[in-house]
This record gives sequence, structure tokens and C-alpha cells, in this order.
Amino acid sequence: MDADAPSPHWNRPHLLGLQELSADEIGTILETAAALKRRHSEGETKLDALKGVTVGNLFFEPSTRTKTSFSLAAKRLSADTVDFTAAGSSLSKGETFIDTARNIEAMGVTLMVVRHSTSGAPHLLARNLEASVLNAGDGTHEHPTQGLLDIFTIREHAGKVAGLTVVLVGDILHSRVARSDIWGLKKLGARVIVCGPATLIPPHVEQLGVDVSYELDEVLPQADCVNLLRIQAERQRSAFFPSIYEYAHFFAMNGSRVQRAKKDVLILAPGPINRGVELTPDVADGSRSVILDQVTNGLFVRMACLMLCHQARLAARAGGGGP
Amino acid sequence: MSSLLLRGGRVIEPARKLDAVTDVLIRDGRIVEIGDVRVSVDRVIDCSRKIVCPGLIDLHVGVRDPGYEEDETTATATAAALAGGFTAIAALPDTRPVVDNRAAAEYVVLQAERADHCHVYPLGAVTRDNAGQELADLGQLADGGAVAFTDAKKPIQSAEILRRALEYARMFHRPIFTHPQDATLTAGGVMHEGYYSTLLGLRGMPAAAEDIMVSRDIALAELTGGRIHLMCVSTQNAVETIRRARRRQIAVTADVAIHNLVLTDTELQSYDAHYKVDPPLRSADHVQALIAGLQDGAIDAISSDHQPSAAEKTSRELDVVPFGIVGLETLLPLSIRALIDPGHLTWPQLIAKLTCGPAQVLGLRGSGTLAPGVAADVTVIDPDVRWTIDPRQFASKSRNTPFAGWQVRGRAELVFVGGELKYRHGGTA
Repeated sequence: MDADAPSPHWNRPHLLGLQELSADEIGTILETAAALKRRHSEGETKLDALKGVTVGNLFFEPSTRTKTSFSLAAKRLSADTVDFTAAGSSLSKGETFIDTARNIEAMGVTLMVVRHSTSGAPHLLARNLEASVLNAGDGTHEHPTQGLLDIFTIREHAGKVAGLTVVLVGDILHSRVARSDIWGLKKLGARVIVCGPATLIPPHVEQLGVDVSYELDEVLPQADCVNLLRIQAERQRSAFFPSIYEYAHFFAMNGSRVQRAKKDVLILAPGPINRGVELTPDVADGSRSVILDQVTNGLFVRMACLMLCHQARLAARAGGGGP
Repeated sequence: MSSLLLRGGRVIEPARKLDAVTDVLIRDGRIVEIGDVRVSVDRVIDCSRKIVCPGLIDLHVGVRDPGYEEDETTATATAAALAGGFTAIAALPDTRPVVDNRAAAEYVVLQAERADHCHVYPLGAVTRDNAGQELADLGQLADGGAVAFTDAKKPIQSAEILRRALEYARMFHRPIFTHPQDATLTAGGVMHEGYYSTLLGLRGMPAAAEDIMVSRDIALAELTGGRIHLMCVSTQNAVETIRRARRRQIAVTADVAIHNLVLTDTELQSYDAHYKVDPPLRSADHVQALIAGLQDGAIDAISSDHQPSAAEKTSRELDVVPFGIVGLETLLPLSIRALIDPGHLTWPQLIAKLTCGPAQVLGLRGSGTLAPGVAADVTVIDPDVRWTIDPRQFASKSRNTPFAGWQVRGRAELVFVGGELKYRHGGTA
């Protein structure tokens, strides 16, 4: 494919969530990412698509892998990158989040990758900046590139998404990954079951078109894919569940639970994983695990998103005289 | 000796069940007569096709003075009140310092005199510093002018403290205003808990948090014989609980914020902080119940729940933006849109919720009525004028409203306080 031609199914300068995307738009990102992966395997490890463009990584919340992945994705497209992290920044001197972003924009950054602990924070920036905003995780709302890389990985291994049954296990309430997964998977025709302790299943979640279960052992035989969402220990102190031990007893993916699932089940986890909590080491490193594939694919998915948003932004400016 | 005749308006005086096209005669700052007036007067104002009613009264307004003058001052709050048709507001005590002592209450009165716009009645704190720990000097506050006691938007978590406050306030014939909310269930919340909070990944504030405290507060009113007023009720169960309590003659009153009648939690999909209010915008079934509560009298009054915030506080992440929106200057047209246009309330019913209803809650005799002899606090409304809400035109110092650009009808044209013309729309009083 021609990396520089605008895509017929993509004209968004921002990537804020999967909720607002059509199946075609999601397909465009996946195809673009697949093409990038192919070219990479053929030795094209560096492309010119974002040459002369500066990508800002604005991480107002700690992150290692997402930030590294976005940063590397930008570099592989020949962009310059500037990293901003909240710790030791002007935020601690009282500057508002929007002012910080405006300052970075004033330095010529036109693609803004944003991670923030408040749901909706990237939406606020998209309204206040000229730059393209890519959501790298907002509060407990969405993490669209993680959702896309999950779907990309599932599609790569299973050959399709439509008709599959995907079980999301664990802390659905606080999970931005869960929401992005649900939107993306449903739009592409998969069935989604959310499974976890009742305290971590958000109210009215079934209205998102998912099935709810509190018994992992019961739903496992139907599962084509199991995505093990991260459990944060501090949730236990807030009395969402009695103990890590009790959580693991009912919801940890271990060898015997893998046996209950289909033979070709895929085990995913957005990470960072707590070995022994969400899944046991034998499963994490076992033959059904695609966890490291997810990380690899994340790079191509993020390259695709950066490229598509950049092209849409240029097209909008050329066409409408402004974004 | 000066006299003024408001001629030929639709005079709506719900306290005395009056609704007729007639004249209102004002002399020396007081209402003299309603009816076909034929005496000669100093000044006649033609009010045909207008509504002439008692001046509107708002039960609890965030005036922010002293301490938060970047949001609002007494002068700007009262100017906004006049522009909205109000002749009296009660000022919340959540200032810096808190109005928890006599001197602070007297400062509120003094600032209102300096501004010289409309009446401002201080609301005193229930507990020192609104901290919920020990009672404020309720008796001294009453002496300083406090008409009721409240910890404003801080829910009183200790049932013991509220019990003592209700008992003690009885001595001064003052009600306690509560913000009925179980804080342990709403901690960190920014919106109504429901489908949309799940969709948006925003921390929810369940309706049950309000239901629980409405029941508790009513139980304590029954226990103590004190008088409780529930500010800004927003849930279906709250309305039903109040209805049952009133049937049993328990001394409980309630108001509803206008925005809880106009908007629902779907608005949060924009992540616009102007929809972050406390209590939160609820779902449509709750809105229906609130309207029913206004219709059958379970809810006494409509408030603006005016909560000004300076621009630098509102263009931020949803988590850190303060709750609340300005409301004094938009309450009237929004009430028409939410209640008159769909036929939920008649004009006399609506005017009652904005005049004699709140006057009764505050225990103000001679307010919220046009009875002969009372001070002439009168608002003349043009019910048909169409206009577009433009926050830049607000008299309030703050602009935090979700209603910018709304096409509405109806507004206050003339506002008289004590017979004196204090506000004329589009011109100097």
C-alpha cells in the first residue's frame, strides 16, 4: 500500500476512542498496521511518513510500555519526538494541563500522544489545541491503541474476529482497556463476556452489548480468547475484593483453567502482569499465550494511528483551511 | 410620598390565588392595592402582555464573598439576581472564612447594603467551618441575620450532629438546610452512576447516596420536631420519601435545581465540565419524578443552585473542576422551557415555586406576596420575548454555564425592590 495516500476510510485528525469509530475505520487501522508489519519483516524498518513532524508524548500518568511503544513507533516513521512526563514538570508548579499542552504545541508539536488519569482529558485537549490528539489511555475510559492491538493480535492468530467469543477477566470497572476492547470487538462482530468479582463489574455494563459472568470456570469452555486485565493491589484495600489470595482462587488463569478452555484458546494480557494474580507463570509463558505478540503488534498499530491521524490532519487543513 | 402604577399586566399572586389582568398600585415602597385603580399617580408603567408577580426568591446562592471574589462578589451576585428577576437571595455560608459566627453574618448583610441591589439573607453554618464536627454559634448567627443554617454543599455525615442542630435550631425557629448525600458513596464521583458513567469511565454518584440521606434527615426531623429543608433533591426515591413524610405532617420541605429538570446525564458524553453539578444530572426517569413532585407539592421551590467558578477553575480536567454552574440569570427562561412549554405547570404554579414557596421555606413574612401593606418587591416578566443565552452578557462575574447559545423565551423586564426600580432590562434602572 502507499503509505502517503489518504485512506478512504479515515478522515479523523484525532484518535480519542473506539466508541466513535466505525467497523470500516477500525479495519483501516488494522490493515494499515498489517501492511507496516509486512514491510518491516521485509526489511523496511524505517519509513519517511512522518519526516519533519514532531510527536509529543504527554504522559500525565506513569507508563513504561505504552510510552516506549509510541515513542519507537514515531521514530520508525522518522518523526522527531519530545517526551513530557508529569513528575518534576511545571504541573507541580501549578500550571494547568491545557497550558502545558499549549506550550508544547507552541514548540511545533503537531501530533500529541496523551495519557492522563482523568477520563475525558484527551477530549478536552482536542477541543483546545490545533494538534492531533491520540489517546494513550484516559482514566477509566478508553485506551484505543491497546484495544486495537488486542484485536490485531486476535485477528492475526485466529484469522478473524467476527463470531469469536472473547472473555475479559478481572477489573472491568476501572479498566480503560476493557471499554476499548468491548467497543472494538463488538463492532467487528465478536461476542464479549465480561467476568470478574461483582464489585468490579460496572453497573449497566450489559447495555454495552456484553454478557456478564461471575464464574470464570463456567465461561471458559466457550472462550476463543481470554484477556486477563490487570488487578491493582490498592483496589483490595478499597474493599473491592477480600484478598489477592481469594481473587486468584476464583479468577487467576492457571494451567488447569487453560485445560477447560478450547484447545486453541488465545491468552492475552495488557500488562504489566502480576504473575500469580491474573495468571500463573506457566500460562503467561505457555504455548497459548500471545502476550509478547501483543507488545510487538502494538508498535505497528501505533505507527498506523500516528500516520492516519497525521494524514487526516493535513487533508483537513488543505481542504477546509483549518482543522 | 411617591406613587407608581403597574397598569394592565397579568398579575399573578399565588399566595392569594390571584391571576388576573389588572393594576398594581405602589406607594412609598409598599403595595397599596391590586385591582382597577383610578387614582392619580406620579408614574404609570404599561405592563400589558407582561406578567406582574412578587419578586423571585432564591433559596441558596453561592455568593462567594468573602474569600472567593475571583468567582463572584456580593455586588455581582446581586446584579445577576436582579437580571434574573430575583428580589431576594439567601447566601450560602461556604465562604472564606465560613459564615459560622455573628460577625460573618453581619458582613453578609453589610455587603448587601453596600451593593444596594436586592435583599440578601445570610444562611449560617450548621457546624464550625462547615467541618461537620461541632455546632456553630447558631443563636448568635440568628441574631446576626441568619434565616436558616446549612453546611452548604458539605453533607452532614454525623446523624448525631444533625440531630443536635435540629433540636437547637428549634429555639430560634430556623430550619436546617441539608445537602442530602452519603459522602462515602459519592467519594470521587463526578456524575450520576448509571449506564453513562460506565460508558464514559467516570466515577459515579449513585442515587442511593441521596435516597439514604433523605430518609435519615426526615427521620431526624421527626425525632426532634425540628424543621428540615432538603436542598436540590434529584432522585425518584427522594421525591417519594418526601411525599410520604409530608402526608405524615413531618416538617420537611424541598427544592429542586432548575438544571436537574432541563438536562440529563447523557450530556456528560461531551466530557464538558459545565455539566458537572452536585447533585449530578440524573437520568430521564428521575427528571420525570421531580416534575411530578413539583406538580403535587412534594417539592416547594425551584432554585438556581447558582455556583459561580472563575474561568481558570473550569477549563481543566473533569476531576479537578469544581461542581456547579451559574444559574441566576437563566432560571426563568429555563423554567418556562422545562415546565410551562410542555404543560407540566401553569404560570401561577411556576410563580409559586419561585416566590411564596421559597418565602415559606425561609420563614419570611411579607415576602413572596403582593398583599397590601408589604414592601413592594415586584418583578415584571415579558413571557414571550425570545433571546439567546450569551454568557458574555451576564452580570455575574462567572460564565460557567452549559446553556450558552440556547434559544429561550421569557425574561425579567423590570425589577422593583421596596418599590424602587432596581433593574430594567437593556437599560439603567
